[in-house]
Amino acid sequence: MSDRGRASPIWLPRLVTGLILIAGIALLAIATGAVGDRVFVRVVTVLFINMVLVVGLQVFMGNSGLVSFGHVAFMGIGAYGSIWFSLTPEQKNLALPDMPEEWWLHQTTLPFPLAIVAGGLLALIVGGIIGIALVRLRGASFTIATFALLLIVHSVALQTEVLTRGSRTVFGIPPYTTLWTVAAWAVAAVIVALLFKESATGLKLRAAREDEDAAASLGVDAARVRWLGWALSVFIAGVGGGLWAHFITTFSPAAFYLSQTFLIVAMLIIGGSRSVSGAVVGAAAVALTSELLRDTEGRLNTQRADGAGVGQFIPFQLVGFTEIVLAIAIILILIWRPAGITGGREVVSRGS
Amino acid sequence: MTDFSDGIQFLISSLSIGGLYALMALGLVIVYGILRLVNFAYGELIMIAGYSLLLLGDTPLPWLGVAILSVIAAAIAGLLMERVAFRPVRDSSPTTMLITSFAVSTLLQSVALLTISPRPRPVRLPEFFVQSLTVGDVRIRVVDLIALAVTIVALVALTIFLRRSLIGIALRAAADDFTMTRLLGVRANLVIAAAFAISGALAGIVALFWIGRSSLVEPAVGLQPVLIAFIASVVGGLDSLRGAVLGGYVLGFLTIGLQTWLPRELLDYRDAVTFGIVIVILLVRPQGLLGGAAGGGR
Repeated sequence: MSDRGRASPIWLPRLVTGLILIAGIALLAIATGAVGDRVFVRVVTVLFINMVLVVGLQVFMGNSGLVSFGHVAFMGIGAYGSIWFSLTPEQKNLALPDMPEEWWLHQTTLPFPLAIVAGGLLALIVGGIIGIALVRLRGASFTIATFALLLIVHSVALQTEVLTRGSRTVFGIPPYTTLWTVAAWAVAAVIVALLFKESATGLKLRAAREDEDAAASLGVDAARVRWLGWALSVFIAGVGGGLWAHFITTFSPAAFYLSQTFLIVAMLIIGGSRSVSGAVVGAAAVALTSELLRDTEGRLNTQRADGAGVGQFIPFQLVGFTEIVLAIAIILILIWRPAGITGGREVVSRGS
Repeated sequence: MTDFSDGIQFLISSLSIGGLYALMALGLVIVYGILRLVNFAYGELIMIAGYSLLLLGDTPLPWLGVAILSVIAAAIAGLLMERVAFRPVRDSSPTTMLITSFAVSTLLQSVALLTISPRPRPVRLPEFFVQSLTVGDVRIRVVDLIALAVTIVALVALTIFLRRSLIGIALRAAADDFTMTRLLGVRANLVIAAAFAISGALAGIVALFWIGRSSLVEPAVGLQPVLIAFIASVVGGLDSLRGAVLGGYVLGFLTIGLQTWLPRELLDYRDAVTFGIVIVILLVRPQGLLGGAAGGGR
């Protein structure tokens, strides 16, 4: 922001950033498709879904400077919301047996992409209403309120059996989400996030992040732009949830809780929350590293069971090893490189 | 049952749980006041005290000794946490510190999961934790009375410490204006370490009674208390020690009140209703009941 680049047109670096990120996503998708290994396709598909969620989180956190621990609640709303619309009445009888047949919702079936959007819109409606209250809070109070929100939505999802089957697992969701569909949604999310960042609203939001009083003196209504960023952000989170639901095909409210929250926050912080590039890089880096760790963890546990290799010297079954490494990685990054891998800059920034 | 005995029972339950909530909130606010750090890993201090109860419970030590050692263990864990994780990011933004604490919390939980057990483990508790007294119509659990007494003693002791001792005065001064306090020659490391030690000790006391209610300890045992502490301190005002105590008692009365008077079919939604009310309170007073300029004293 500080570097006043010479004559080069202002939009050029942004366009190049967008193209590089999209090319990266496309390359990863094509390479994965070419390798065709089932496990790897699965890993990369989940990576893209998480990328959608992390980019969604970045839209709000990066531009407003406020930390939200509540986005996974909207992922959950998007997941349940999308299956209410994507399933046929017969499928609903199996997956959501507690939903009354006479309900309009029970009768309605939408094509998959529309059902995903419907899930996102539902997240937008819920988030939009709560957001009116939330955007009045600052700093730590805001974060705590979003954390409370995560717990409220979790506890409501556990209790509202007609809509979610309660704590029991919903299963039999058609696996509509493929590697290519999520790659496309990830590209769309990146484009939307980049456009929002450079839009008038995004600029005002970033101005309010740096100095709310100064921004207000220039006529920026901080609460309003914060709400707009929040609304777009929870919509993307809802879309991510819908994509996830139609990939995983069996899930319960437990999926939309603390460990998922930790994962997407970790991805964003490690990548660098101030830039869309950070969200993309963070999602990819963390997803691939944790897969490697999980794989190692599995191997060591097998070795330990067989009494062979390095694994036999480990005194206990390895569980949660991945989380430990991720947590240490976050702490070290925050100490040595608080702005994340990308340093909070886009791949190509002005003047560079 | 008369209305009167119902009332007494309600009052004792609310005061006992409210006192516990107040201690939880205080442990959070005493650190926040100085560092502007919302410590998500506060719950893991409770967890550490809980596992100390578990591990020391197998030794021939009397229970009171085990309890005191567990409180000390939590205080030491608080000190270590500050030294290892928070001191290096102390000068960063509050956001950085917040996320650091979130990572510390996950780290400690995962370590407990890995090295102890993912399953809840029973903790040895003394007899009086399960006994109850009957006075007239009123049935009171002994542990509620003890919690009531211990929280009041802890609150009074902390007040005297903060008002009379040199470190206590330095702590309050630092909470008011840390830069100015440092300019006046108070060592930052000492004040912050003291705050974390107190925070850990409070977590330890909380753990005795919180884990005493279920007699189980598991890696996620600190989640519920830390959440309550967040809510109570946000309600009271994150930067006010008095607010934390008030917020704790408000939340205590709210919890027991909803449990008593909420219709059965809505009881499952009690937590959602509680947090909903909290969001409404924040709408009216975003700085909390006693927070910000309007709150005055600390």
